[in-house]
Amino acid sequence: MTVSQSGQPVLSVRDLRVATMGRRPAEILKGLTFDIAPGETLCLVGESGSGKSVTSLVTMDLLPRGELQVTAGRAELNGEDIITAPPARNKALRGAEMAMIFQEPMTALNPVLTIGLQMDEIYRAHTRMRGPDRKAAAIAAFESVNLPDPPRIYDSYPHQLSGGQRQRVMIAMALALKPKLLIADEPTTALDVTTQKQILELIRKLQDEMNTAVLFITHDMGVVVDIADRVCVMRHGEVVETGTTEEVLSAPREQYTRDLLAAVPALTPRPARAQEAPEHVLELVEVNKVFEFRSALSKLMRRPGHRVQAVSDVSFRLDRGRTLGIVGESGSGKSTVARCVLRLEDPTSGAILVNGHDIAPLEGQTALAPARRAVQMIFQDPNRSLNPRLTTGDSLVEGALNAGEPRAEALARAGELLEVVGLPRDALSRYPHQFSGGQRQRIAIARALMMSPDVIVADEAVSALDVSVQAQVLDLLAEVQARRNLAVLFITHDLRVAAQICDDVMVMRRGEVVEFGPAGQVLANPQHAYTCALLEAAPGRDWDFAKGRRVTEPA
Amino acid sequence: MSQTQSAPAALRKRLLETPPHWTTLLALAVLLAIVAMALFAPRLANFAPTELNAMMRLKPADGTYWMGTDSFGRDLYSRVVYGARVSLMVGAGVAIGAIVIGLPLGLLAGWFRGLDAVLMRAMDGLMAIPGILLAIAIVALTKAGLTTVIIAIMLPEIPQVVRLVRSRVLATRSETFVEAAVLLGTRPMRMIWRHLLPSTIAPLIVQGTYIYASAILTEAALSFLGVGIGTETPTWGNIMAEGRLYFAMNPWLVYWPAIVLSLCILSINLLGDALRDRLDPKMKGRS
Repeated sequence: MTVSQSGQPVLSVRDLRVATMGRRPAEILKGLTFDIAPGETLCLVGESGSGKSVTSLVTMDLLPRGELQVTAGRAELNGEDIITAPPARNKALRGAEMAMIFQEPMTALNPVLTIGLQMDEIYRAHTRMRGPDRKAAAIAAFESVNLPDPPRIYDSYPHQLSGGQRQRVMIAMALALKPKLLIADEPTTALDVTTQKQILELIRKLQDEMNTAVLFITHDMGVVVDIADRVCVMRHGEVVETGTTEEVLSAPREQYTRDLLAAVPALTPRPARAQEAPEHVLELVEVNKVFEFRSALSKLMRRPGHRVQAVSDVSFRLDRGRTLGIVGESGSGKSTVARCVLRLEDPTSGAILVNGHDIAPLEGQTALAPARRAVQMIFQDPNRSLNPRLTTGDSLVEGALNAGEPRAEALARAGELLEVVGLPRDALSRYPHQFSGGQRQRIAIARALMMSPDVIVADEAVSALDVSVQAQVLDLLAEVQARRNLAVLFITHDLRVAAQICDDVMVMRRGEVVEFGPAGQVLANPQHAYTCALLEAAPGRDWDFAKGRRVTEPA
Repeated sequence: MSQTQSAPAALRKRLLETPPHWTTLLALAVLLAIVAMALFAPRLANFAPTELNAMMRLKPADGTYWMGTDSFGRDLYSRVVYGARVSLMVGAGVAIGAIVIGLPLGLLAGWFRGLDAVLMRAMDGLMAIPGILLAIAIVALTKAGLTTVIIAIMLPEIPQVVRLVRSRVLATRSETFVEAAVLLGTRPMRMIWRHLLPSTIAPLIVQGTYIYASAILTEAALSFLGVGIGTETPTWGNIMAEGRLYFAMNPWLVYWPAIVLSLCILSINLLGDALRDRLDPKMKGRS
């Protein structure tokens, strides 16, 4: 796509400064400057806290009142300053001249109104169209974003649509009035990879048709490769580096950009580890899980309820010192497998052998105690997996105290483990909110290690973390795995992560295993069509981040 | 910072970070005055509350009888001062009793799903009975006295506490850290104590103030109906009940206890609202 740098930019931000309000103001944006030309996509890339989302809020004049304020600078939309414009003017501009797509389409849509009604509101607020015309326009807009059966969508409620369909609806709404500027704040982060690919293609296509300028905010370098014309790397509220996508990715000028790019895991699988004397620590034999939803009435009348087969006939073996990755999209049953292994869910049938003992039929904490020690979990969101009211020390020793270890001994061990995971010993007396996300995940790892487990189940354990932190946590996990000869069951939707840490990979779809084998084989030479589709959809697959150039042959 | 930040230090900080609104301070002052009135009743009162004086029936207010006298010639001011003792005691008894009984029931109902169905249906049953009627029945069946009245008023308040605690527990148990604790082998009782109980404390404090106020009101209503504490102990309710007969001659026999009662309830509710705003900032400005 050719980008005309001539002419007036659609959005021009000059030395923009935003600070928090209150007694001790902190500067969130420290003099931000960038332009977006018509028809161009500018990607703001950065880790959490870099100020990317605040930038989009300033542009939309949606800064939370009483919390953040613009202290200096200009943000001009077609030459008109948004910051000094009266609220009424900005309200008219929003929707007509600029529009926004949010990360989570479920929360951005009103759950109690039909899609059609919400679409209708846009036309009613900004145009003088009559009722039937508005409906026709809405249905045409749904058609343009490739939604199936637009009249049905028009009468549907948000919960009746899939995540991808909801995001299409959001795009249709955003582009309804043909705005000059579209702001997309992580629009595909909450979606599956295959859906993400379709949405990115859709944004590209519509942008070409309407010559819209797009301000695209993301943390994912892969998405940048797929969509950006120009990239603006941000850190701590400042622009680190700007340039065309090719320039920034192939010849980054700043160390920070280089670090960011280096942290992106490669899609090519690492060689599998040599295996001596396999010892099965975890074995699943034809595990099934059926969720049954029955109302009280049908229970009384002994009628069968609505049944969902979440997991069907899953079998695998995991040996000491190895990593098995379960990959799949949402709803594939990969998390349910993990929860069955941990006995957070009761499997409907099948055997779960931990160190040779079947734990599937066991009930109650006393019976499960040996299995609880042997299998530990690291959760996705470290903000929620640690009790905010307990100190790190109290969280760490909980399992040990349950097992009857004296408190002083357990605390001494916890202090040692904190050093193992790279935190100071005095972290014991601090509370979770005093740590960053990556540090909290380190605490969670230490908590799992306190039990001296044989198997660690990591359910999307790095998905909520920034790429640079993600790399550090993965390194730490590999280190403790090697040192303690642990088996790891790694559940992820991210094929890049899977390629880097797994010895074996199991691909799941709708509760079934579609492909299972050594990572090198499954990811480099996939046999099943679904595995191919997943690999195909991985963002930025045609860019080699390690070498800094386009991949000529598809990997 | 995350939305779930709530270390113990944070609770204290939320309570003390900004200076309170002037209405809160006023309410606090009024309530403290009433508490002082109850504590130092023997010193503050000019007469014994039951001292009869047939010569001085239904006198208007003057220098000796600050609020006048009732139909038996008893000093109204002294009776109102002593009435505060019963009211505050009933309020405290009911609030503490309802929480002491309701909190464990709510915690158990929230964690043990099997127990939940049985316990909550029992609570529904208890809630279906009108509170005042239940209280009248209990007082009528047994000997009227302070303890009986407290129990009678407390019973219908228990389901409120149970439901509140249970809803907090249900919200907390879906948190990942509870699952993490299950995986660490934490047994149910310890789970409830360490992970579930702390999140129920803040809303319970607030609910406690509302129970306190409504108990005082219910006690007054029971006394007014003549089924509460006997007339030998002055309460704001039975002072009003007796004054009602002479309302046409001296309405102040009803007005004075009513004013003090209203001030007391109002200040407790205002304090409860202020506490709620502090402990749950999301509720600020709503009601």
